[in-house]
Amino acid sequence: MADPSATPDFFLRTLLASPSLHGASIGDRIYRVTTTAFALSIPLLLVLLAIEVMVAAWPALRQFHFGFVTSTEWNVVDGVFGAAPAIYGTIVSSVLALLIATPLAIGVAIFLAEFAPPWLRQPVAFLVDLLAAIPSVVYGLWGVFVLVPFLREKLMPFIADRLHLGDTPLFSGPAYGPSMLAAGLILAIMVLPYISSVTREVLMAVPRSQREAALALGATRWEMIWGAVLPYASSGVMGGIILGLGRALGETMAVTMVIGNRHEISASLFSPGYTMASQIANEFAEATNDLHLSALMAVGAVLLFITLLVNMLARWLVWRVQRQERA
Amino acid sequence: MATTEPRVLTTVSGVASAGDAPPARPMVAVRSLDAYFGANRAVKDVSLEFPEGQVTAIIGPSGCGKSTLLRCINRMHETVSLARVEGEVFLDGRDIYARDVNPIEVRKQIGMVFQRPTPFPTMSIRDNVIAGFRAAGRGAPSRAEQFEIAEWALQRAALWDEVKDRLHESALALSGGQQQRLCIARALATRPRVLLLDEPTASLDPISTQKVEELVYELRGDITIVIVTHNMQQAARVSDHTAFMLLGDLVEMAPTSRMFTSPGDERTEAYITGRFG
Repeated sequence: MADPSATPDFFLRTLLASPSLHGASIGDRIYRVTTTAFALSIPLLLVLLAIEVMVAAWPALRQFHFGFVTSTEWNVVDGVFGAAPAIYGTIVSSVLALLIATPLAIGVAIFLAEFAPPWLRQPVAFLVDLLAAIPSVVYGLWGVFVLVPFLREKLMPFIADRLHLGDTPLFSGPAYGPSMLAAGLILAIMVLPYISSVTREVLMAVPRSQREAALALGATRWEMIWGAVLPYASSGVMGGIILGLGRALGETMAVTMVIGNRHEISASLFSPGYTMASQIANEFAEATNDLHLSALMAVGAVLLFITLLVNMLARWLVWRVQRQERA
Repeated sequence: MATTEPRVLTTVSGVASAGDAPPARPMVAVRSLDAYFGANRAVKDVSLEFPEGQVTAIIGPSGCGKSTLLRCINRMHETVSLARVEGEVFLDGRDIYARDVNPIEVRKQIGMVFQRPTPFPTMSIRDNVIAGFRAAGRGAPSRAEQFEIAEWALQRAALWDEVKDRLHESALALSGGQQQRLCIARALATRPRVLLLDEPTASLDPISTQKVEELVYELRGDITIVIVTHNMQQAARVSDHTAFMLLGDLVEMAPTSRMFTSPGDERTEAYITGRFG
């Protein structure tokens, strides 16, 4: 090895790591300590929060073990708590939302990034992004007064009677209005701007050389987008979808107002359901005995765990695609 | 109108090319072509012909319009916003700028390879080669046909022996030079009549450059090649004819051997002897 002190890298490290050699040493040190403290405080907060929730959830988890996540019984009077319906409702409503929102959001993003004339692009992009700025209680009110009546009077009868799907498990049962379907639809609208924004950005970031390579092969505009642009952007699009999923899992207010808040698992999307977030929001104020409180905290712990898991899955997916691209 | 086309290749300076290269039918003929970026006229009233089955090099300093001229031949120029073309380009006697011509169809018959390798990163090596087939929607070739096409194109691009055991791997696993030959294979897979190379070795090391040059030399005869290069030695090595452009004008075009020994225009001479550029 050559003398390491001769490399510019070594020089730089010396300069940064040993402030005593440098004139502005105290300022540098204060700056470093402060930013480090700020940077560490956020993960610390997350860890503290997780610990706090786990401690509060412990009595319920100790009493019910795995039964807590598999049992469907939630009886405050008898002190029996199983969160399976809420877990089921959270996952089904979120996945339903993604199934509806993803194609729409990608379509919006493709239009804005590839086809929209410049004078139209900015206003439409702005309006779509604005969907994310609407308070969720306003979505909830719209859901109660517009979406739910529409489902009850128009869409549900149409699906059940006109399309003759009323006998299939997915669309069976009476059309109350407040339902898993209502929650999925309202969540779809709420997560759409997240998916579409991210997708639009990653589509616009695809290098022109990739587009030209496809065009030069005789691809049409559509074939270019489908064959070259979207695959190139796929990891980013996936990131956007997962971001939307994270948003949908935790959404509370709007879902609580339209899902019907019934603690049971039903295959039918027409049936009312429950989500973890709406269960906590509905019952926390009225929870008086310790076990009930603890059970609600345990629901919170499960929600936190699922959300973390989804985010880690997203990171892993993006990382895997990026690694493939670099390989 | 085939009857009115000149039968021998002429240069701008009016000297007939009765030289070393045998007179060949022009596969591509450019007539009074102007290309614009907005108000900027990048190619000015250029007329020239690219003989069938031969290699024609376009040389000139940076910004002389040589790449733009190349991109007019497969109607890629117009894909840039504000870009515009006036004039005519004949592919085997047919004006590709005629109103009823679909640029997609033109690009299926004229392959193009760019300055930097542009493999599709999410596709395997084999999928890259047959991407043109699939992207261009030529029906649905069977799996066996696709494999056959991929092998044929990779063989022609002199890449088969290096990749035959890892066709399913990502195209990004290849070196820069291999990626560029992969792009040539991809262009060849659609069996174009003309291959346009836009400074294909500009980002490659000398050994990879040599391989690409050998490949260009091998491909002549079957396919008409136009290669844009800022490297005069490369033009001298691989081409039958050379065109010299300067500030958007075509200064002259001549058989390569004569171009580099006794150029007709003093600006050409100044450029090839290295007095500017």
